[in-house]
Amino acid sequence: MVNKLWTYFLLLGIVYGLITGHSLNINETILNSAKDSLEVFIQIFPVIALWLGIMNIATLSGLLDKLAKVLSKVLHPLFPEVPKNHRCLGYMSSNIIANMFGLGSAATPFGLKAMSSLQELNENKKVASRSMLTFTMINTSAITIIPTTLIALRMMYKSLDPTKTVLVTLISTVVATIACIILDKILARRS
Amino acid sequence: MVFIIVIYGLLKKIDLYEAFVEGSKEAFKMGFTIFPNLLAMILSVNVLINSGFLKWFVSLFISNLKLPIELISLIVTKPISGSASLALLNTIYNKYGVDSFFSLLASAIQGCTDTTFYVIALYYGSIGIKKTRYALATSLFGDFVGILTSIILCYMLFG
Repeated sequence: MVNKLWTYFLLLGIVYGLITGHSLNINETILNSAKDSLEVFIQIFPVIALWLGIMNIATLSGLLDKLAKVLSKVLHPLFPEVPKNHRCLGYMSSNIIANMFGLGSAATPFGLKAMSSLQELNENKKVASRSMLTFTMINTSAITIIPTTLIALRMMYKSLDPTKTVLVTLISTVVATIACIILDKILARRS
Repeated sequence: MVFIIVIYGLLKKIDLYEAFVEGSKEAFKMGFTIFPNLLAMILSVNVLINSGFLKWFVSLFISNLKLPIELISLIVTKPISGSASLALLNTIYNKYGVDSFFSLLASAIQGCTDTTFYVIALYYGSIGIKKTRYALATSLFGDFVGILTSIILCYMLFG
């Protein structure tokens, strides 16, 4: 699906650009993309390295396993394929917790760790497992308690009430997550 | 969070420095697989946005909905690009004022969705999964439900 969309995005953009006479623009965009992505990479790479380091301390000290144990009761019904107290439950909960506080950049390394740990349990290494699908779904609908970046931006614009939309965000992310879990259960039963 | 982890490690008497360095090393291995995925996504998304296609696509909806064009653009852009949607949010704040109804609505929408395409491409790309099955569809469904809920709530609370 990502494969198809990627191709469509690219082709649609190029064809539309050619029709409307933006072809110079397109050439420039293609060349600049490489530079842009390196900039994004330079931004996130140190954060990933930092959090993977801290995460390793949590793993070796047994803190992660403890967290996994505590949260496995909650997460187990969602991930029936994952053995109880498995380490990836710890990674997943760290990812979910970071997302709850709007720390997107800290959530990414935990999420990547969770995915590689789910891949170890996966039988067919080319096809997404059910747990992976459930995890990325919960991840993208991410229940947010404090949207840190958003509040910072609203403060920058001198809002009188920067946290005014926090409750709306919390409720709508909870509703979205519940809707996703229901859909996931239905789809999993059918396939 | 860092504090708790370090104190816990200290109490368990593990080699903190060693553990940190070992963990950080993994970032390079991860980086090798992340970068090509990142490049690919940014390339196609940028081409789509800069070609003006997205603007044209968005303008199709305008006549039917009583929302400003920037807000529709935000909804369409958010799942594919974090930086582009943040730029749009800045535009909305500047144009309508940060405490206006549309800005509040835009903030709520920005807060309740994630850069879905980016997450899916990155997460599945990093472990070499080729078939993502219904991952994208369900995640976009979640975004849709979230956006709808926040629009309704905004009209109820601030409208």
